Amino acid sequence: MADAWRRQTSLRRFYTVLGVGLLLAAMFASMWFADEANAGHFFDRLPHILDFLSWLVPKDWNDVWRALFDIASPHDTGTQEYNFPLGRIFVWGGFYIPEYFELMLTTVNVALVSTFIGFVFAVPFSFIAARNLTPHPALRLIVKRFMELLRAFPEIVIAGLFAAIVSIGPIAAIIAIGLHSIGALGKLFYEINENIDMRAEEGLRAVGANWFERVRFADLPQVLPNFMSYTLLRVEINVRASTIIGAVGGGGIGEELKLSISRGFGAKTLALVLLLFTTIFIIDQFSAWLRRKLVGEQAFMMGA
Amino acid sequence: MATMTAEEILSIEERYPQVFRRPLYKRFAPLFLFIGILTYLVYVLWFFSLPQVLRESHWERLPLFLTQWISYDLQPEFRLDQPEITPKYPRFSALGENPNPDWVIRNRDGTFTVLIDGPAKSVTFDKAQATIVANGQTVPVSLTSGKPVISGPMPDWITAHDDEVVAKMGFVGEVRVTVDRVKVRKRFLGWANFVFDTRSPFFGKSTGEVISLIVSGPELKPGTSNLTLAGDNIWNNAQWQHGDVWTKLLQTIVMAFLGTLLGGIVAFPLAFFAARNITPSGVLSQVLKRFFDFMRSVDMLIWALFFTRAFGPGPLAGSAAIFFTEIGTLGKTYSEALENIDDKPREGVLSTGANGLLVQRYGVMPEVIPVFISQTLYQWESNTRGATIIGAVGAGGIGLKLWEAMRTNSNWANVFYMVLLILLVVFIFDNISNFLRRRLSRTIHDYNRLQAEQG
Repeated sequence: MADAWRRQTSLRRFYTVLGVGLLLAAMFASMWFADEANAGHFFDRLPHILDFLSWLVPKDWNDVWRALFDIASPHDTGTQEYNFPLGRIFVWGGFYIPEYFELMLTTVNVALVSTFIGFVFAVPFSFIAARNLTPHPALRLIVKRFMELLRAFPEIVIAGLFAAIVSIGPIAAIIAIGLHSIGALGKLFYEINENIDMRAEEGLRAVGANWFERVRFADLPQVLPNFMSYTLLRVEINVRASTIIGAVGGGGIGEELKLSISRGFGAKTLALVLLLFTTIFIIDQFSAWLRRKLVGEQAFMMGA
Repeated sequence: MATMTAEEILSIEERYPQVFRRPLYKRFAPLFLFIGILTYLVYVLWFFSLPQVLRESHWERLPLFLTQWISYDLQPEFRLDQPEITPKYPRFSALGENPNPDWVIRNRDGTFTVLIDGPAKSVTFDKAQATIVANGQTVPVSLTSGKPVISGPMPDWITAHDDEVVAKMGFVGEVRVTVDRVKVRKRFLGWANFVFDTRSPFFGKSTGEVISLIVSGPELKPGTSNLTLAGDNIWNNAQWQHGDVWTKLLQTIVMAFLGTLLGGIVAFPLAFFAARNITPSGVLSQVLKRFFDFMRSVDMLIWALFFTRAFGPGPLAGSAAIFFTEIGTLGKTYSEALENIDDKPREGVLSTGANGLLVQRYGVMPEVIPVFISQTLYQWESNTRGATIIGAVGAGGIGLKLWEAMRTNSNWANVFYMVLLILLVVFIFDNISNFLRRRLSRTIHDYNRLQAEQG
């Protein structure tokens, strides 16, 4: 008995060591590969890693605020680095929206609209794709595969394709992120649907309700809080996605940030990073608060 | 649905007053939400000036681009103002140096016939006249009067401009005729020269020929075996760039793997100090939690842009960006998992007099390790998707290649090739991760069951 126990533990230990060893080997091989393929090498660049912070530190820290709110800077020599007031977007007389706030608004709007598109399509799809609620098994398979395709398809390709059709800018980003959201939300939604309490559904079936009535009155009320919670989580993800898509031509704050970093404009970069960081932080915290209100602590248990 | 009588409704109302007489704001909340969303949508319509964008967009390009994903075209041009009519092909056309396709026919009487879809869709021409055949109709175009003139009725698939006659034949191609040239576009389903490009000595040979050359043929390039040569030709295919694409794809995979793994390794010890029930200091916990929030909220894009500047473009920058974001994400999820553990095993180990480290090892780790691994796998999966896109800002991998292929709007077949590879990778990695997670959740399940059995 004790012998068998010892043999089993030593075997398990062997597997653990083997697994960790393989993982470490793969990690070092990957590091070597990534380092080889990179333009600058890790150990060559490491002593200079903080050099890039030197351009980031502005001559005058007040320029960060001036860049953020489009206030004229005393350092303005006509170059793009300090042309803060040029970006003002006048709304009413002398009242203006600073350029970066407008860009941030674009990015957030892209995220919100694409999440809305995702929600509107994912809800009906999720009821069709749920095993227990589907009107027809064949339809379920089609919808499921379609959503899988939308989820796995690289967003950047959809964005690029539509940039050639509706012109480069936020609309292409909305289409790309929206399509991806349909797939991502649809999957989460139908997994919720498959776990609902079927008694309400059976009750409505007994009184002769059709599929739409059953979904509307028996299933939707059960799942709506969870749907909303996942949608809010999606808003957080989509704000990040729309920033990234923006950087590759989707407009909004991502594009401006990329330009500003690649040209080495310290004050502008800091202002943009500050604005983006604050916005994402506020959205994350607000959404977390709202989710906690909607479904309680359950919203924070990630699928184990 | 079956209808209820008024009395039944009333009796239900009496029994459950809290359901039927709710406060006003609760009763109208859905309505307000609906109106709010509607107002927002109208505002967004204005904000993005959607009607104008849609009016100016080119939807006719969409089917064109989509057909280019899975097909290619050849565009021979025939000059009529030269002494002799000769077909000219664009440089780097898919036919190679000496194009002599069997669908361009030089007739005995000096005329040319181009078969676009067999004889049913074709064009026959000399310097004086072109005859376009398609959809069961034959349309003669006279070229002698200084501009192309169609005699007889004009079918709707032909458009006559001032100096050019355009005959569209659907997917298979089109013919453009002016007095001094005939231009044909013939479209083929499939990918041209996917294996060997036009410079390769194996170009234009059938599979059987290539195999027999590799197995027993004379050396095509002295000093190298035919197998090496073939491999080298495929790897360095100029049009499809298999070698480059596969290397970049591997970079993307490596970026996701390295970033997630390193993030996990760093987040693991930090999470213990961030979890309220384990850390000795509440201040430390708060500081670490805010640090995790910071790493997460500074977007992956910002990290990618910074590290691209620090390390230069390449997978190192991408790995570092994912690594930094993952410290935040994994640190947060790990510490939340630690805060949700059952305290009894810890107390048990503690009661034996074990020191702090041993308590964590035997009282906490067995419970959380499956959860940690499962969450790490989940992040790995999602980073494999995400690594494509940060590549496009210069952080290495296939993203940039994809973006460059798309920008020209002419390489859609290459784009589709890369998309298929990415889909394949995502599919494989999803399944690996799902498999591992299912195994793990069974472990957790077994553990819980054993616990329940033992009371």
